[in-house]
Parts: sequence; structure tokens; C-alpha cells
Amino acid sequence: MDVTAAQDSQVKAAPVDYQTEPANYKHWRVAYDGPVATLTMDVNEDGGLRPGYKLKLNSYDLGVDIELHDVLQRIRFEHPEIHCVMLTSAKNRVFCSGANIYMLGLSSHAWKVNFCKFTNETRNGIEDSSAHSGLTFLAALNGTTAGGGYELALACDEIILVDDRSSAVSLPEVPLLGVLPGTGGLTRVTDKRKVRRDHADIFCTTADGVKGQRAKDWGLVDEVVKTQQFAEHVKQRAFELAKRSDRPAIAQGVALTPLQRSIDDAGRHYEFVDAQVNRESRAVTLTMRAPESAVAPTLESALAAGARWWPLQMARELDDAILGLRTSEAELGLWIVKTAGNPKAVLAFDNFILTNQENWFVREVLGMMRRTFARLDVSSRSIYALVEPQSCFAGTLLELALAADRVYMLDTQEGDARAAMMLSEMNFGALPMVNHLSRLAARFYRDATRIETLREHVGRELQVKNAVELGLVTAAPDDLDWQDEVRQAIESRIALSPDALTGLEANLRFGATETTETRIFGRLSAWQNWIFIRPNAVGESGALKIYGTGAPVKFNWERV
Amino acid sequence: MIDYTEKIPNNVDLGRDRVLQRALEHWQPAYMNWWYDMGPSESHALEVYLRTATSVEPDGWAQFGYVRMPEYRWGIFLQPRDAARQVNFGVHKGQPAWQEVPGEYRSTLRRVIVTQGDTEPASVEQQRLLGMCCPSLYDLRNIFQVNVEEGRHLWAMVYLLHRYFGRDGREEAEALLERRSGDVDNPRILGAFNEPTPDWLAFYMFTFFTDRDGKFQLCALAESGFDPLARTCRFMLTEEAHHMFVGETGISRILQRTCEVMKEHKVENASDVRALGVIDLQTMQKYLNFHFSVTIDLFGSDASSNAASYYTTGLKGRYEETKIEDDHVLQNAEYPVLEVSGNKIITRRVSALTALNERLRDDYIAEIQGGVDRWNKIIEQAGVSFRLTLPHKGFHRAIGNFAGHFISPEGEVLTKEAWENNRDKWMPSAADQKFVQSLMTGRVIEPGKFANWIAPPIRGVNRQPLNFEYVRFN
Repeated sequence: MDVTAAQDSQVKAAPVDYQTEPANYKHWRVAYDGPVATLTMDVNEDGGLRPGYKLKLNSYDLGVDIELHDVLQRIRFEHPEIHCVMLTSAKNRVFCSGANIYMLGLSSHAWKVNFCKFTNETRNGIEDSSAHSGLTFLAALNGTTAGGGYELALACDEIILVDDRSSAVSLPEVPLLGVLPGTGGLTRVTDKRKVRRDHADIFCTTADGVKGQRAKDWGLVDEVVKTQQFAEHVKQRAFELAKRSDRPAIAQGVALTPLQRSIDDAGRHYEFVDAQVNRESRAVTLTMRAPESAVAPTLESALAAGARWWPLQMARELDDAILGLRTSEAELGLWIVKTAGNPKAVLAFDNFILTNQENWFVREVLGMMRRTFARLDVSSRSIYALVEPQSCFAGTLLELALAADRVYMLDTQEGDARAAMMLSEMNFGALPMVNHLSRLAARFYRDATRIETLREHVGRELQVKNAVELGLVTAAPDDLDWQDEVRQAIESRIALSPDALTGLEANLRFGATETTETRIFGRLSAWQNWIFIRPNAVGESGALKIYGTGAPVKFNWERV
Repeated sequence: MIDYTEKIPNNVDLGRDRVLQRALEHWQPAYMNWWYDMGPSESHALEVYLRTATSVEPDGWAQFGYVRMPEYRWGIFLQPRDAARQVNFGVHKGQPAWQEVPGEYRSTLRRVIVTQGDTEPASVEQQRLLGMCCPSLYDLRNIFQVNVEEGRHLWAMVYLLHRYFGRDGREEAEALLERRSGDVDNPRILGAFNEPTPDWLAFYMFTFFTDRDGKFQLCALAESGFDPLARTCRFMLTEEAHHMFVGETGISRILQRTCEVMKEHKVENASDVRALGVIDLQTMQKYLNFHFSVTIDLFGSDASSNAASYYTTGLKGRYEETKIEDDHVLQNAEYPVLEVSGNKIITRRVSALTALNERLRDDYIAEIQGGVDRWNKIIEQAGVSFRLTLPHKGFHRAIGNFAGHFISPEGEVLTKEAWENNRDKWMPSAADQKFVQSLMTGRVIEPGKFANWIAPPIRGVNRQPLNFEYVRFN
């Protein structure tokens, strides 16, 4: 199958569904043992998401990672008693050999990038839960750990490698495939593991990788353990790590019931989220809804509502909408965000969530909101927010406007209906972007004076004049200009080069502050994507293209 | 509430268009301030026999009557809409013409409209002192007519900015009133519109040559896929024709007067002609050389990616686009352009798309040649052997392939030194301008009288006699 045919088959194949549940897993097994959950990777060779490749040696594709994402979500919400998560493999002498190369060879560039983005977000999510949820992740590498397999291990808090004289950790992308590790490997080897740069240089250019004591000496793993003691040792270590947690010892989890949604030609429809597609104008109108009535939330009511509690359900619906649109609607380059509902209701939820962070569930809900909104910032789509009368850009939902590349607010001249925005404490750091800054702090380049001024406006209705003065709005056309201004802003946006926009938006959204995550996403979209489309990777004799065929690689030796 | 239809004649339903009303409420007073400051000097109290357009009907576009210019009813007129009109060229060829601005082309269209609009008040500013040395009431009335119509053309462009470009458009419309011709800090956009128009000879030359550039630009914009722009430009063209008439007949009348005097006194030598108080034909040739060369620069570079993209995207067509028989896409078409190679001028075939400026310039030159031929007929009929000629396209150019080269009017490639040595032979020298201005020191305002250096016209305005009081000094 050539690449074009493969791309066609991806377009025509069944749409990817990011919703799944344990009964449908093909590739992972989960065992719950007191405070420790063991995730065992056991990839079904014939269970690939698309035809044309076999998932040998615990290699993975998007389907495998969707299951991993689901497992993690269920541990967070359904198993508050879990304090440590151990990742290991059911295969003999193989932990994980990374993303499936044949799958990559058959995939369109857009598919590869979207796949890498999701796998990165899942690994960032692991680290997010380490940092905020009281979970510790242990990578128990019971065999060869290559490429994406090692990158998965790098996302964990601790890495223990079996010392069987042959199993190694490796990042063989450069020597074998002529590309770079795409899931944060280089960034975490340096930022997180602090492997010295010359060691990292050898490590990343050696297809066989590094094993045994040297792997430990270089900082690539935390421990190496002989085969005989390995199983017992990692188990013991997992129970030790579990003791660090502040999650409850005994608590009833919250079941992540399937989302109620319908997906049709008009878009994706949920209770609080609606994504209306317009193929002609290549845009999606994403409308987020808050409850109409403001009731003071309580812990009892939150836990009783469970997955139907508005903040959680809204976040899960938005998450599914974002992932679905990113995967299935690549040509809809502009997301137009609108909101509806009662701003006071959103502020009541915001205050409740922030003042009840000692409760595991409320803490997890905030985590879900944080990770979901962070997906917006790294989505390769232009985002406009339209603030109109009856809209509800308040607190958490105001983050949608702050995530947008432009915010248009209707300046109504007459009548009672006036557009307004509202800040809550939620906008000041509880929902950071991948650069670890609140969207407000990023927007104003951490100008403390401005941010203090904004804080004084928390809870106040900000009409056009205030919103413009505070710098929250790009343009405020009045009712005579509104329709035409918005139409032209949309038309002019979607006419621009989608590639240039992706690069532009990524440049402007994150500003001056770099973090591991911004480095991962930034390097992925700049270096890795460039390398991925160069002839030395995907040309007729490119390394990625001919991998596994036995044909010799031919490089163009010119350094660029 | 202002009665818009009474105050501002229009066919754009101004009375019910709140977007437009709101914009004009602010802009119209600013426009009046501009007119008082920069309109014709010492003219505000004069009663001028002017033509006003009150509708687009055949009898409506030319209503004559006395009016004080600040009370002139500047109106907004578009040629009536043809519902079946299509985009006639470029990649959108065959689609219905756009009634709204495509967002994709918004900033480009705005720039095109602003550049065109900026020339209108600029020429009023350039000409504001000429009323003080007019050769007759007839000519004074004509320059005022030109001025108010340039004002109306500004209104036409401002209408488009107000109606279709939102807040950006309103800001651009304000800026059109804020720039000043020749102001070092805040100049008009195009260079030629920052040069003074110091005397009536320059004025006639300007209206013949430079207003005709305006005509060709309007013709190209009248082909635009953006229908309101096309319709606006069509209507403007009817008025532009009058300006060029003023220029062509003004030059004709000077030539005629000079020839009459030459014959009457049997003189040929330039200094003898000048001694008799008329403008010698050599000086006329120099003015022609100057105005022709600076005007053809206004068409832009010979190779222009902007012109190509305006065409391909359907924003600006060719002169008489729909009458041309080709594919109207021009992807593979070629066009000959001139360039300097060593000491020769050679012809090279280039992509027709990037050569669209050159093509419009060539269309313009062909039409200009017709006017020059008519002037020569006047000289010939007077029995004088002198003939006016258009200089070579490369002469005295600052833009395009000839910029930086030194081309004689005959088309020889010269050195800088050789060219400079002949400059005063080819272009008006300071002494020439001083002479021309010496003839125009005072104004002639007695009805039916004309300055010595210019012949009366063949007929008056709107069938009025030549001794009609075209301007009343109350």
C-alpha cells in the first residue's frame, strides 16, 4: 500500500473514537491490588486501529494509546484508593518497542502529528497526576524498551530496568529511522533525567541503546535489578511509593459513565458542548453551556452527581469534542467559541472547586479541567471567541476566550441585552497552560501590576468598556459593524496558509516562558515535523520509508 | 435628525442605512473642515455656476445652477446594479460578482480604495491657489467644477470604506482628510500628488495627463469582482471625462492662441513668440514631456506581483476587460516589455500577469497619442510647421525598468552627464516656469474676457454664452 492509498483509507475508515471502557480493551490489562494498580501492556498484534500493519513486540498505535488514556482516567476517578501505578509488560523480554514503524510509514503527515500530539498529552497527563493527584508512576521495564516505550517510561516518576544482560533502554529514532523521538524523549532525557549531553549524544545515536549498570550510571534509569529478583522488587517498590500519596485509603470512586453524545453531519452534540461544523467556511462553532440556575454546590451533591457534575461532564465533553475534531476534521481550521448559561453558576462552581481542593474528587475534577483546557492551547486550529449578549464567558468558561487567538465582543448600542465577561479566581493560575502560566499571566507577559488590577475585578460584570480597557478583548465592533466584521475576520483567517498559521499560533500563544511541555510541543512541531517530511526520512530511499525492507538508505548529505 | 436625501443626493438608500449614517455623521463635518482649509483659496463666498449630480438618470447627473461651493451637494452614486454580473477574470471568473467584501481580500481591497481615494483630495490641494490667476471666468468655473467633483470622488471612495470596511474603513476615511499634499510629515500616498500645480499650463497638463491616469485606474477598477467598487467607478468615469475635456481643450486653446499670434506677427523663434505674451511651442513640448513622464510612472513597475495578484484574485481588471478576447486568466499568456540592456533598449516577453501595469500604461499611451494628434491638427491648420511629440516611454522615469537609466525623448540610452546636459532642453527649466508664471500674475474675471495667452473656447458651459457670468463675486 502506498502512502496516498493509506491516507485515503484513513479518511474513509471508521472515525476514531476516543471513548472506550475496560471491557473493550485489546492491549492493556489492569490489576488493582490495594493501593497499587499494575498496568500490563499486552498489545494484540492484530488489533491495530487501521489495516496494513501488525503491532508486534508491544509496539503501539493510536488505539493502544486511547486505551492507556482511558485506564489513567479511570484510575484517577474510579479508583481513589490507588496511590501508585506500575507500568509493565506481559511480553517476554520486551517492555515496549515504541510507536509502530509500519503504521508511521503508512500514515499521512497529519495523522502522525495528531497521533504524536495525543500521545504527548497522555504522557504529560501522567506527569500532571504525579504533580497534582498524589499518584506515583513506576516504570517496571521487564525487557527491551525502545523509542516510544522508553518515552513512556520517562514520563513516570521512577524507572527500574531488568538486568538480564540484554534488555536495554534506547532511543533508536536517529540511527534507525532518520527521525527524532516524537514523544518528549530528548526533552525528558535532558530536562528531567539530566543525562549529560555527551552521554545523551551517544545514547541517541546508538540503535542498541544502553543497558545494565551504565544505564543507571548515566541516569537513564533509577535502578537495574536482576531477572530473578525483578518481579518482587518492583512490587515492593510500588508499595513503598504508594505510601507517599495523600489520596484516601478508602473511598468510593466516581464511575466515568459513557458520554451521552450524538455525532452526525452537522457536528458533535453533547449536553453542555456543541460543535457545529460548517464545511463551506471551514469552521466549527463550538458552543459551551453552563447551567441556567446557580445553586451553591456541596461535596455531597458533587459526589452524588459524579460524572454528571457540571464541571466534570463539561470537561469530558469538551475533551472528547477537541480530540474528535482534531482527528476527523483536519480541514476545519477555525474554531469559533461561543458560550451560554448563567455566569453566576460558573462562579459558584469555581469558588467551590478552589476551596475544596483537599477533597480527592474535586481535585481530580480540577485536574481534568486543567488538562482539557491545555489541549486547546496546543491544538493546531485558529480559535476566535465571540462574546455576545447572553453569552457566559465567566471564570472557567472565560478560559475559552483567553485561549483564543482573537476575542470579538459585541458592543451593543441600545437595548438591555449587553455582552459581559466575568473573572473568577479560577483565571489566576488554577488552569495553567503548558507553559505553567495562567492564560492571563501569559497574555500580559507576567506583568504583576496588570494582573493585580485584573484581580480587583473578580466577580464583577465586565461590560465592553471595562473588558477592552483591561485588555481582554481584541476588537469590540458595535451592532452595526458586528456581522460584517466577524464575517470578514473569519473569511480572512481561513484563507491563510494552514501550516503558517499553526506555526504562528504556537509562537504567539506561549510567549517567553519555556517548560518541558512547551519544549516538547514546540520541538515536535518545528524540528520533528520538518525532519518527518524531508526526503532523508520519507523520500524513496529515506530511512523511515525503507525501514524493514533491507534496502540501503540513501541520504542527501547536505546539512541544512 | 439630518435629512440625508436632501443634503446628500444618493442612490444607496442612505436614509435607511444606519451604518452609513453613523459613519457620515462624523465624517461629513470633518470633510467640510477640510474643504474650508484646503479647498480653493478665497472661494467660499463665490457663487459658481456648477453642475451637480442628483441622480444617475440621464437628466439627473447634470443639474446646473449657482451654488456656493461649501454648500455643494456632494452625493453618493453608483451605477445601477446588474443582478447577473459576474467576476469576469482571474480564478473566480464565472462566479457571481461579490456584493460584500470577501474577508480574504479585505485588506488588499481597502488599500486599493484608499490609494485611489487619496488622489482625489490631493489634486484639490495641489490646485487651491490657481483661482487667484485664472485666465477667465469660464476657466475659473471649470477648475471649481473639477475641484468639487474630485471632492465627490473622495465621497465615492469614502462611501465604500464606510459601508464595507467597518471601523478600519472609518479610520482610513478620516486619514484621507488628514494627509496633505506636499506635507513633509504627512504627505499624500503617491509621489506625483505631492508636487505643486504652480500655474494654469501645469493644471491643463495635469487634467489631460494625470486625470487620465485616474481614468484608466478607474476603468480597471470598474472591472472589479467587488461589485460596489465596480459600480462606483463606472459612475465616476462620467465625471472624469469632463476633467480631461478641461485639460485637452485648455491645451488646445493655448496652442491655438500661440499659433494665431505667430501667424499674425510672422514670428517663429521662441523668444520672439514669448515677447508677444504667449507661450512658445517649445515650452509646450517641455511641459508635455514632464507631465507625460511623471504620469506614466503612476502606473507602477513594469513587473508587478501586486498587479498580478490583484488580477488573479479578481480585484482589478484590465482596461475594457470584457471586450478583450482571451481567456481572462492569463496563466500562460505573455506580454512584451521594454528594458535597457547595455546601451540598447530591447523588448522581452514576460508573463502577462506580472506585466499588467505595463499593459495599462500602453493602453493609456495609445489614448494620449490621440489627444496629441488632435493638438497637432490645430497647429497644422494654423499653418505652423512645429509638431508636438510624445517622448519615449523610457524618458525621465523613476519607476520600473527605466528607473536609474538616462533615456532621451527619442529613446537613446545616454550617460547621466549627457542627459543632464540636455535637461533644460527637454523639460521646463526654472526660467521657463518663471516665464509661464509671468503671464499669469493676475486673474481675468470680466465676463467674456480671456487672458492674452489663451484663446476663448468654442462654446460656453451648458449652452451659455461665453460672456456668461460663470462665477459671481458678490
